[in-house]
Amino acid sequence: MLLLARSEHAVPATGGGHGELDVMGALFVFMLATFIGVMVIQRVSRLLHTPLMSLTNAISAIAVVGAIIVSAGKDYPGYITALGLIAIFCSTTNIVSGFLITDRMLKMFKKQEKVAK
Amino acid sequence: MSAETLVQLLYLVSTALFILSLRWMSDPETARKGVFSGVGAMTLAVVGTLTGVLATGGTHYWWILGAFALGAAVGYPLAQVPLTAVPQRTALSHAFGGLAAGLVGTAKFFLYYGQKNEAALAPFIVVALVAEILLGFLTFTGSILAAGKLQEVKWIPQRPVTYPGQNASNLALFALALGLGVALVLHPLAPWAPWAFGGIILLSLAFGVLLIIPIGGADMPTVISILNAYAGLSAVAMGFVLNNKLLITAGALDGSSGLILSVIMCKAMNRSFFNVLFGAFGQTTTASAEGEQKAYKSDTVESAAQVMEQANLVVIVPGYGMAVAQAQHKVREVYDLLKKKGVTVKFAIHPVAGRMPGHMNVLLAEAEIPYDDLVEMDEINGDMPQADVVLVIGANDVVNPAARSDKNSPIYGMPIIDADKAKTVYAIKRSKAPGFAGIDNELYFLDKTFMLFGDAKSVVGELARKLAGEGGH
Repeated sequence: MLLLARSEHAVPATGGGHGELDVMGALFVFMLATFIGVMVIQRVSRLLHTPLMSLTNAISAIAVVGAIIVSAGKDYPGYITALGLIAIFCSTTNIVSGFLITDRMLKMFKKQEKVAK
Repeated sequence: MSAETLVQLLYLVSTALFILSLRWMSDPETARKGVFSGVGAMTLAVVGTLTGVLATGGTHYWWILGAFALGAAVGYPLAQVPLTAVPQRTALSHAFGGLAAGLVGTAKFFLYYGQKNEAALAPFIVVALVAEILLGFLTFTGSILAAGKLQEVKWIPQRPVTYPGQNASNLALFALALGLGVALVLHPLAPWAPWAFGGIILLSLAFGVLLIIPIGGADMPTVISILNAYAGLSAVAMGFVLNNKLLITAGALDGSSGLILSVIMCKAMNRSFFNVLFGAFGQTTTASAEGEQKAYKSDTVESAAQVMEQANLVVIVPGYGMAVAQAQHKVREVYDLLKKKGVTVKFAIHPVAGRMPGHMNVLLAEAEIPYDDLVEMDEINGDMPQADVVLVIGANDVVNPAARSDKNSPIYGMPIIDADKAKTVYAIKRSKAPGFAGIDNELYFLDKTFMLFGDAKSVVGELARKLAGEGGH
C-alpha cells in the first residue's frame, strides 16, 4: 500500500505540482498494456469489429479522468476550467453514445436457433 | 486508508474491467458482458477521480455535473442513429475524443506556464504534452472531415483531393511542428513558449485536414482505424502528463485496437500504412485502356430466381452498395425464401467491404441474419468452386479478379472473394458505369456472369417476390 501510494500522483495537488515523476514506471505500464491490448484484440471475432470500434471509442473517453482533474482545480484561471469542462462534455458524449450503440449492435447478433424462434 | 490509496485501488479494478471488457468481445455470446464490464470500469474511473479531487479540495462540482449532463444529452441521440450511419458516428466520436485530449493538454500547458512551474514542465512531460495535443487536434479535424465525407456533406469533396507536392508540403509542415516541439521541450518557460504551443495546435488542426483530403471512400475503413489508434495514443500521452496509470492503460488498449484493425484493413487491401496515408487512392491512371469495348450480359430477375431455386449453395457477396441502398432487409427475405426451399445460403464478407471494419456484419445482423452464416473471406474462398450461384450485391473491387491477375491494376495483390470460381455469377449493379476509381471489373464480362441492373433494394426485393412465387412460373 505504501508503495502504491508513494509512486502515484494521479491527482496532483490543486497547486498543480507534480511531485516526483515516475517516468520509467509509466513507460513500463504503457508497454505492458500495449501487449495485453494487442493479444486481447487479436482474439476479437471479425464479426464484431464494428462494435469493437465503438466500444474502444467509449474506452478512450477515459480522457474524462484528465478533464475532471483539470476542471476541478481550485484557483485555476477561468479559461483553464472552461477547457476542462468542454473536455468533460466531449468525453461524456463518447462514453454514453459509445456504450449504448455498442450494446445496441451486439443485441442484433443472433445464432441460428435463436433467430428461428 | 488514505484517499489517494482508495483512488488507486478503484483505478486498479477499473483497469482490470477494461481488459476483461475487450476480452469478452472475442465471442458474440459473451460480447454484451464486455459492454457491462466497460460501463463498470468507466464508472469506477469517474468515481475514483471525483473521490481524489474531492479529497484534495477541488471545486466547480455543479459545473462538472452540468458538463456530464450535457454530454449525456448529446450522446444519447448519437447512439440511436441508423446502422448505415455507424461509420460517420464512429468518426465523429473519434473527433470528440481527440478534442477532449487536445483541450486537456492545452489546459495543462497553460496552467503550468502561468504558474512558472518548471518542475511540472520537465522535458518528459513537455514531450508527452506535445504528443497529446498533436495527436488530439489532428484526430479532431481529421475525424470531422472523415465523418463529413462519409455523411456525404456537400461542401466536403468526396473524391480524393490531390495536388502536386502534396506529400512534400505535408512533410515540411510536420518538420515545422516537430521543430516547435523541440524548442518547447528545451525552453518551456520562454516568453515565446505560448506562441510555439499555439503554433503546434494550429499545425495539428491543419494536419488533420491535409491527411484526410487525399483519401477516398474505399480507404475509409483503414483511415477510421488509424484515427481510432490516434485517439487512444493521445489518451496515453495524457496519462504520461498526469502520471496516471489508468489513462495509460485504457489509452493503450484503445491504441492497440486501432493499430490491429488498421493492420487487418491494410492487409485486406494489400497496401502499407504509408501507402494509405501518403499514396492517394483513386486518382489512378486508368490502367485498363485496352480499347476494346466489352459488353455486359444482363438477365432478368425471374430467370435469376429460377437458377437460385435449383442451386445447392448460394453465396451472397454484399458490399457498400447494399448499405447505400438499405437493401439488407430485402436480402434477408431472399435468404429466408431460399433456405425454405432447401438451398444453403452463405454470406461472404470481405474485411474492407463497406466503410468501416465489420460494417457488413452489423448490417446483416440488424436484418436478423444469423451470424453463423456470415463467413469470412479466407474461410469461404475454399468453398467457392462448389457454389452454384454467387450473388454480388453492391460490391465491386472485392470480387474483381484483376486483383489476382492484372499487374497493372491499382488493386493488384489485394485478396479478393473468388466469386469468379463459382458456377454462375449474378451481379446487381446500379449503372453500367465502371465502379469506384474507374476500375473495370473483369468478373462482369465472364461467360458465366449475368448482370442485374438497378437499385440494389428494388432488384433484391423483386428477386424475393419471384422466389415467393408471385407472378407464377
